Amino acid sequence: MGESITFWVLAVVSVIAALGLVFSRRAVYSALMLGVVMLSLAVLYAVQDAPFLAAVQIIVYTGAVMMLFLFVLMLVGVDSSDSLVETIRGQRFWAIVAGLGFAALLGLGIGNTLIAAPKGLAVANQNGNVPSLAELIFTRHVFAFEVTSALLITAALGAMVLAHRERTEPKPTQRDLSRARFVEFGRHGKNPAPLPGPGTYARHNAIDMPALLPDGTVSPLSVNRVIARHEAEEGTLAPEVAQILQQEEEGK
Amino acid sequence: MTTHYLVLSALLFAIGGVGVLVRRNAIVVFMCVELMLNACNLAFVTFARQNGNLDGQVIAFFVMIVAAAEVVIGLAIIVTIFRTRRSASVDDASLLKY
Repeated sequence: MGESITFWVLAVVSVIAALGLVFSRRAVYSALMLGVVMLSLAVLYAVQDAPFLAAVQIIVYTGAVMMLFLFVLMLVGVDSSDSLVETIRGQRFWAIVAGLGFAALLGLGIGNTLIAAPKGLAVANQNGNVPSLAELIFTRHVFAFEVTSALLITAALGAMVLAHRERTEPKPTQRDLSRARFVEFGRHGKNPAPLPGPGTYARHNAIDMPALLPDGTVSPLSVNRVIARHEAEEGTLAPEVAQILQQEEEGK
Repeated sequence: MTTHYLVLSALLFAIGGVGVLVRRNAIVVFMCVELMLNACNLAFVTFARQNGNLDGQVIAFFVMIVAAAEVVIGLAIIVTIFRTRRSASVDDASLLKY
């Protein structure tokens, strides 16, 4: 009884989260949804007499893999949302049809199979789940285990080789950077000083408040474009900021 | 209960497959592949209990190891592609076609 309650709650949660993973526009939401799916699967493992796998699932997947995903998302740019242009016409529609068909095929196939009552792991787990698993891994599957160690080392090396970048020119010093800034200032009149922080001269210091110039107008340099875009989507963008951004658009 | 678990696993696998086909952001495509691997693991664990031995759990453990290695390499490739093309969309990496 307890198992079926757990199952139904987690099944609903994980399917909804999986759908959210596929259909949410922002990649960070997708990552969070994937985390929800992984956690609920970990609980389902624990329910099915696999406490070791439940722990590994939480440590490896929600710990390491999700961190890696979020890390790369931040590296690549959180605001790189999907383009809605279809490269192959009708691909989305047919992909969803194929997915539904596949789910129906598998579901009906499984549903029509007569499956006996599960034998349960009480006998196999009688020395404890972890010792029994260890016995299997280090006797029957020991070769596979050794090969995975080679795989992990290869993966670590491969990641280092792929992510490494050879510097072809010497690193610019502070002197070079300063010189470049003033050359830019002399040629194009670009402000050589640091950008004004948001809210520097305003009454609020929140990140979405623009800095005010001495005459009280908004300084367009201080407007964070990512936040302004989000606020424009939500309709909470301050009118004076919107006006400045619009003027800038027209200026281009 | 075995049937329920297997149907849930099949559903998650199909959703992940649709995600791989539909999404254009390489990182999200990768997350969908992870979802499919997780669905397979659920089936393995369920079969382990059905058959009363631990082989299914051992296989699920190995799948997790391979998935971790795969994520590391895949994300490194995505970062490398992003560095040269300034984009993480799977449509942009089509240079081999021409």
